[in-house]
Amino acid sequence: MSQLYEGKKGEKCLFMGNQAIARGALEAGVSVAAGYPGTPSSEIIENLAEVSKETNLYVEWSTNEKIAAEVAAAASFAGLRSMCVMKQNGVNVASDFLLHLVLSGTRGGMVLVPCDDPGALSSINEGEARHFAKLLEIPLLEPGDFQEAKDMMKWAFELSEEIRNLVMFRSVTRLSHASGSVELGEIPQTDPKAQFNYNGFILDPMEGPIVSAPVAYKHGLQQDKLKKAQELFEVSPFNTYVGPENPEILLITSSGATLYSREAIQLCNAKDKVGLLKLGTTFPLPAKLIEKHLKTTDKILVVEEVLPFMEENLKVLAQELAPRVGQKTFFGKRSGNIPITGELNPDLVATALAGILGQTYAPQNPEYTTKATQQAFFNAPTRDLTFCPGCPHRASFWSIHNVLAEDNREGFVCGDIGCYSMAFLPSGFSTLKTLHAMGSGTGVASGFGKLGQFGLNQPVVSVCGDSTFFHSGMPALVNAIHHKSDITMVILDNSGTGMTGFQSHPGLAVDAQGNEAPALDIPTICRAFGATVEICDPFYPFKTQQIFHRLLEMPGVKVLIMRQICALSPEKKRKKAFEMSVDKEICLGENCGCNKLCTRVFRCPGLRWDDETKVATIDEVICAGCGMCAAICPSGAITRKEAA
Amino acid sequence: MGTATLLKDPYNLIITGVGGQGNVLASRVLGNLLADKGFSITIGETFGASQRGGSVMSHMRISAEASWSPQIPQGKADMIVALEPVEALRVLHTYGHPGIKIISNTRSIYPVGVISGDQKYPSMDELKKTIEELSEKTWFIDATSAAMELGHPIFGNIMMVGALAKTGVLPIDRDSFEKVILRTMGKEKTPVNLKAFDMGAEMIN
Repeated sequence: MSQLYEGKKGEKCLFMGNQAIARGALEAGVSVAAGYPGTPSSEIIENLAEVSKETNLYVEWSTNEKIAAEVAAAASFAGLRSMCVMKQNGVNVASDFLLHLVLSGTRGGMVLVPCDDPGALSSINEGEARHFAKLLEIPLLEPGDFQEAKDMMKWAFELSEEIRNLVMFRSVTRLSHASGSVELGEIPQTDPKAQFNYNGFILDPMEGPIVSAPVAYKHGLQQDKLKKAQELFEVSPFNTYVGPENPEILLITSSGATLYSREAIQLCNAKDKVGLLKLGTTFPLPAKLIEKHLKTTDKILVVEEVLPFMEENLKVLAQELAPRVGQKTFFGKRSGNIPITGELNPDLVATALAGILGQTYAPQNPEYTTKATQQAFFNAPTRDLTFCPGCPHRASFWSIHNVLAEDNREGFVCGDIGCYSMAFLPSGFSTLKTLHAMGSGTGVASGFGKLGQFGLNQPVVSVCGDSTFFHSGMPALVNAIHHKSDITMVILDNSGTGMTGFQSHPGLAVDAQGNEAPALDIPTICRAFGATVEICDPFYPFKTQQIFHRLLEMPGVKVLIMRQICALSPEKKRKKAFEMSVDKEICLGENCGCNKLCTRVFRCPGLRWDDETKVATIDEVICAGCGMCAAICPSGAITRKEAA
Repeated sequence: MGTATLLKDPYNLIITGVGGQGNVLASRVLGNLLADKGFSITIGETFGASQRGGSVMSHMRISAEASWSPQIPQGKADMIVALEPVEALRVLHTYGHPGIKIISNTRSIYPVGVISGDQKYPSMDELKKTIEELSEKTWFIDATSAAMELGHPIFGNIMMVGALAKTGVLPIDRDSFEKVILRTMGKEKTPVNLKAFDMGAEMIN
């Protein structure tokens, strides 16, 4: 039984931010939740899926974020409360639909939950969803702690119903993936019924058809909705002020930066000098509330992640208010007091605050810091990202890299998003030469494959994961086939959405709620499209390389499916297929011509080079027993025995 | 509830290790245990891409009064629990100070740069000496070997929790541990985790 659903009103729980968001949605009586996995957002849908059997709730991992938004919108059109959840990049994917949705309006409360990743802790960009709130002209809510993550989520649904439009609720990694104390509210025991009404007058928002036309008229309504939200924001309990009546500095902040700012004021011992205005409603800004606070001081410090979104909006507002509040001096990202890239922390905010106050902030004893820095430099080797022990991607890229090297025509690989993105690093033998958005590897490859008429004669390869194939790889493959582009698409099929924690996708026989589902067969789809298709197991590199060589020689679009389950999958985890060992008699060590091929080049964390005996060894604690390294040792010194 | 007191408020604990060592689970167990005792807990975690062989850190703020930032300020950690010894040193560099205490596992996990021969991993003696020099009190335990005896290296994380309990720096007792494990992992997994907890505690003198 999960605390998420069973927890009673008034009970205090230690919840991860994403659990708090899920609980808030349950307390709001959400009926439909859809999303696409992406760190740091994935646990919201996972948690809701887990409790979906205990209540009348529909939860799905949609094929991509645009479809997640569409699925959630349908529920709203039928009068239900719904949400769609994604990481920051997902909003880019969904935006085409969303730009139409915000014109047509919604019925049942609908909330868009993007989780941004300042500092790109698990992303390859630190783009922000907040800018979409402005582009979409919808209200933006940003919780400042774990309790608010729950409470504001509930309120977001009410707000959406009040204005009959989509509401954005934005979280960040340090809220979504941090945990804190949350006092629970009531989960309503209601039984909402779905009914889509469309027979009313064409302009009737509740009874007519739901369309975005006439555009200028609907756009006007949308602006009115935004104004209404702004009025509600003026009295929102999620905007709070703590500090002196006339502070020397007014610190305006939101989201995860609230926690850093609060601590920074403490670190600077500046409670008497600094006022903290925490905004939960960050777009549109509550003008009257801001006016009230601007009147209290001349110096404003804006603390937010990542770009100066709130800062710029505040400056526009301050200029409009200038005749009444006077000219203000703003400190923040544009003034250089707060870094404009990367994530913040209490030290960065304290440094900025101290600088403006004319104090110095010295977090550590300089003597200790010098000693620790020296020691860390000499004795703490960096820990670069790498594929897990037993990861099929290492094996796949081993074969791809070696075949392209032997092929000797300067062939290259275009990549996209997944664990396999790491193949641009030495742990993937630096195989990826382009790396962009979901599905982009094959789209970019499709373009390269048409450059023959301009003299490009290098073999073009793309890699794409199984979940990515459904997300956005399919249209790219269709494009390549239709335009007779010469490419080899390698589908790295590890039977799940590996990077984010093994969520289901349309190629699997199970859905988010654990129900049996029809699995769409990737090779059958590719063949139906017209591609030449081969399937291999990357843990058998000889066979894999033979097939890949052959496909590279063929014209047209070829698909090679390298199929092997992720080492972290529930089926495989902690189970070794093979017991690995190195025969010290056979390993020639430094005298072998291979020059430590297994550790220097293959670099599996399960292997070690023993500096004393000068031979390779297996690290039994780390080795996952996949058996792959037995196939790469030129002397045959690494042996595998089927595990009992 | 309410009877336990802290040596310092907030008490700042960092649990560190390498992705896959069960860092996050250890922080959840400790967090839940201390929350049951009425403390306000904030845990900040790095995972996601960091899971793939990278360094992992959980920052835990334990307070009787308020909730604190999920990131501990520089030089403000009170205790480090390291599932891997080099990670203890890495954390000391940013969050350490002369009064810090450390429990570290002694089993190394080589970074990929060490495996490839591009970087050197220090000898355990050198590493211990360095860590001792940078802290007030240290405990080194071979949790991984003990965990292997118990059947799997993953139990190392719970051994470290048991060891932490024994040091007495935080109000962690066996009964509260058992209650949390029973609630979060179920009946079947409780005995082996209790055993791991006890084995960890025994390794602290």
